[in-house]
Amino acid sequence: MGKSGRTRQGYDGVVVTAPISVPYERYSPEPAHWWLARALSAMHDATKLGADDIDGLCVSSFTLFPDTAVGLTQHFGITPRWLDHVPTGGASGVVTLRRAARAVQCGDASVVACIAGDTNHVDSFRAMLTSFSRFSQDAGYPYGSGGPNGSFSLMTSYYMDRYAIAREDFGKLCVAQRDNALRYPHALMKKPLTLDQYLNARMIADPIALYDCVMPCAGAEAYLVMSEENAKSLGLPFAHVRSTIERHNAYPDDPVQIRGGWALDVDEFWAMAGMQPGQTDMLQTYDDYPVISVMQMEDLGFCEKGAAQAFIRANSFTVDGSFPHNTSGGQLSVGQAGAAGGFLGMVEAMRQLTGGAEKNAVPNARTAVVSGFGMINFDRGLCSGAALLEAGQ
Amino acid sequence: MTVLHELANAIAGGDIETVDLTHTLDPDFPVIVLPPEFGQCARFRVEEISAYDERGPGWYWRNFSCGEHTGTHFDAPVHWISGKDLPNGSVDSIPPDAFVRPVCVVDCSAESAADEDFLLTPEFLVAWEKRHGLIPANSWVLMRTDWSKRSGAAYLNMREDGAHTPGPSGDAVKFLIDERNVVGFGTETVGTDAGQAVHLSPPHPAHYLFHGAGKYGLQCLRNLDRLPPTGAILVCPPLKIKNGSGSPLRVLALVDRSKG
Amino acid sequence: MTEPLRKPPRKNPQVRTVLPTLPPFSRSRKAMAFTAAAAEGRFVLQVCAECASATYPARELCPKCWSMHLEWRDADTGGRLISETTLRTSINTYFRERMPWRIGTVQLRAGPTVLAHIHGDVMRNDEVRMIARTDKSGQGVLMALPAKETPNMADDRQLRELTCDPKHRRVLVTDGRTELGQQTARALASAGASRIFVGIAEQWRPYPGSDDLAAVPGVEIMPLDVTDTISVNELAGEIGGKTDILVNTAEHVRPGGTLDRDGTLTARNEMETNYFGLLRLMQAFAPGMRARGADGDNSACAWVNLLSVYALANWPQFGTTSASHAAAYSLSHCLRGELAGSGVKVINILFGPLEESWRQSLPPPKVTPQKLAATIVDALRQGIESVALGPVAEDVVRRWKEDPAVLERELTQLQAGQAS
Repeated sequence: MGKSGRTRQGYDGVVVTAPISVPYERYSPEPAHWWLARALSAMHDATKLGADDIDGLCVSSFTLFPDTAVGLTQHFGITPRWLDHVPTGGASGVVTLRRAARAVQCGDASVVACIAGDTNHVDSFRAMLTSFSRFSQDAGYPYGSGGPNGSFSLMTSYYMDRYAIAREDFGKLCVAQRDNALRYPHALMKKPLTLDQYLNARMIADPIALYDCVMPCAGAEAYLVMSEENAKSLGLPFAHVRSTIERHNAYPDDPVQIRGGWALDVDEFWAMAGMQPGQTDMLQTYDDYPVISVMQMEDLGFCEKGAAQAFIRANSFTVDGSFPHNTSGGQLSVGQAGAAGGFLGMVEAMRQLTGGAEKNAVPNARTAVVSGFGMINFDRGLCSGAALLEAGQ
Repeated sequence: MTVLHELANAIAGGDIETVDLTHTLDPDFPVIVLPPEFGQCARFRVEEISAYDERGPGWYWRNFSCGEHTGTHFDAPVHWISGKDLPNGSVDSIPPDAFVRPVCVVDCSAESAADEDFLLTPEFLVAWEKRHGLIPANSWVLMRTDWSKRSGAAYLNMREDGAHTPGPSGDAVKFLIDERNVVGFGTETVGTDAGQAVHLSPPHPAHYLFHGAGKYGLQCLRNLDRLPPTGAILVCPPLKIKNGSGSPLRVLALVDRSKG
Repeated sequence: MTEPLRKPPRKNPQVRTVLPTLPPFSRSRKAMAFTAAAAEGRFVLQVCAECASATYPARELCPKCWSMHLEWRDADTGGRLISETTLRTSINTYFRERMPWRIGTVQLRAGPTVLAHIHGDVMRNDEVRMIARTDKSGQGVLMALPAKETPNMADDRQLRELTCDPKHRRVLVTDGRTELGQQTARALASAGASRIFVGIAEQWRPYPGSDDLAAVPGVEIMPLDVTDTISVNELAGEIGGKTDILVNTAEHVRPGGTLDRDGTLTARNEMETNYFGLLRLMQAFAPGMRARGADGDNSACAWVNLLSVYALANWPQFGTTSASHAAAYSLSHCLRGELAGSGVKVINILFGPLEESWRQSLPPPKVTPQKLAATIVDALRQGIESVALGPVAEDVVRRWKEDPAVLERELTQLQAGQAS
């Protein structure tokens, strides 16, 4: 329940479908427009839906400058009656879903294409970081310019100082993700990773070492939101949206980020879904650095705060494990394609629930929790969100 | 052949030597130092206008600035308060024949070496005349001290009580004006007066008396040791500066070497 | 414990000089107030005038009570290091060349948590003392120092990026004829400067203290007359490539305004030394220093101008001198702009009436040359770019910051007993 006392409405009748992943590339000379266009083109190939069928567009991208979603309508030759541009980075998968689902539910749009993508020129990551936000420009970037490595190392360091957790525990998540990635054809990381390799990797920003870090790359992800009837009539396999939450700038007085907005909204999340944490079949976290995956596990109620070590040691995280996690390998093994990184888990969950996953399919998967986290504005990520998807009947 | 042609031939042929009595104008050449609350003579300064560069691709030229009494220079009567109302007292109005005259060189180098405050007296001049003849009227008298061979701090020779350099006594100045009617008086030191001349009576007699009598001064001369006691001709025209009190200048002496 | 800085080896003439690179220099306009205070060595935070909460980074609005009345105030420098890391990679070339680099999160006693550079002697959970300084890009940054002095603390390599410590550096003092110049040379020698070139104009004029000056360890007397372009250029040709710090002690000052004297000579002489002298030194020495901003432990690091506080607003009793200092003050900002990107700081010390002959008749309080010399060294050691020295200068600067138009009126109004 919100502060108004009104109960939130569910997403009855709204479904997600057509998960699209454009294979990532480490560096690309193409602009973001090209990557987003490829996602749209692949979506057309998969669904036969064209410009006349799409009446809603929701875009997330960092490198689209000077354009936004507005310019893309002309570029793509579409005439939507509903348009949004979502700047929430790693939370954009959840946030675009929430926006688009309500638009479809209320009839403001019939079919919304949600697309996210970024290019990665040789120097574009550096250029993006240097102008990321006013706070990071004023008070973050001048301190070593470590980018996310610096911010997450301070979070990780603080977390490790406070709670029982070891690098081995983070390593276990990373190794499992690599195992998943080896079964996912589009992952940039193609070689197995052992715990020894993880532990002995060179330090990047203590205590963060090489395999804690994602590799920036170019890529795009996309999915469609439409009514259940529509999906059925088109013959598209789909998933239901059972619950979502979204929060920004949660716990601003925590001296160092040790929890995210999920912790504020976790009760509502499970109540809306009518489920318990143990009842879902997989978790897709936003995973640029394992510490933030751990926080999502805690704050979404999969284990108690501070009990992550026991939880990690008690479970296995591969697609065939006791707690399938980041089943395509996550950004740590697939790569971080800018804003597409915020879509990676969402699109992967949809694939898993609509029969699209192949070698990395989680057996008999019916439900998935997708979590997002984004935007290190200064010293912490501001955006958090989560969604619970359930396979269509 | 006219006398001028003979002169020109003698100069060109070396029978008459042209001796340069001038110091190079150099920013670091000493100038007279007055007590700090008084106005000071400007140092010689140079700024490039161009040097075959973007300021002027094919040529090199400079601006220079200095005082009227910087470097080897000429003092006109208006330089001193005693000469301020004299007719033709500024460099631009001085009759030009005064700039080409016979010169007598009074060698005080030994005395100056022995006594840095050496004062040239009438007696010393009379003794000199006994050896070299009377100082002719309308000639220049130069006081040779070899001071120009000094450099750095030894040149001004400043101490806490002021400069210590040789110069003429008041009586010597009066003698040269009243008894000999010279055209002017020159020194190797930074002024025509002795370093301690403020303590003479009148103070700065060379300035006060010579200029009061319409006589001229030359200072910061060099190469006086290359001149004969008598017989040379001095050539010393200052710049023609309107109402100028003096001017840096090139001072030359013509010395007859034909008699070996 | 900090390793004491060793005397840098002689430069290898076959190795290319490292070019200056910069830490990030972009800041919001709001954050420039932090930089301006850091240049004075002050650590300021925005504090809400209504709810008194301190905020960081710079904002437009109090995030606690939504008041727009955020004021920059001097902040409690205490804090605790609650998280830290050692960066081993950076996307920024400057930091990349200086890896590893420690940063950390400090919980300030003033309230907010901040990111900061970390002194090598500070460990996790230690109490720290925060300093705000300008970095090589000229922008304000925070550094956490040990709460208490530690051995060789100033030699910390991250701290030295913010300071201009004269230790093992070669300094040019432009005028050694005055007591100020001589005291400055002594203070620099005591601070560990390896060479102190002291300019003497007109060596044919004796000056008091010359023998003692020549006997100061490391002092080398050099011919230098800042009013003579040739002299300045000749000296720069000789030592311009090894001048790490330049302290311009040359000053020409005479009492009086324009009506106390005829003509322009005095004013011209003041301008020749105070303004054109600075200009000549800039043209001759700044290019070399600019190129050597990252040249090892004895890189070029600072240019120190000593300016009358009446550079800010004219004091008619020293009217033309004030004007020449105003010109020099303005030119110092040009110099700062031209050295931006080199890592060489322009330090301006605005002093009140100095204890010297031309200001002899002024009443106390006055600044002794010894005090000014000590302040130069202190500003260098601390890396502070702007200092007001002495009660008079502090007072004038304070009034100037409050309202320059009022200060202008205050300095130019009739004084009691003065008839109109």
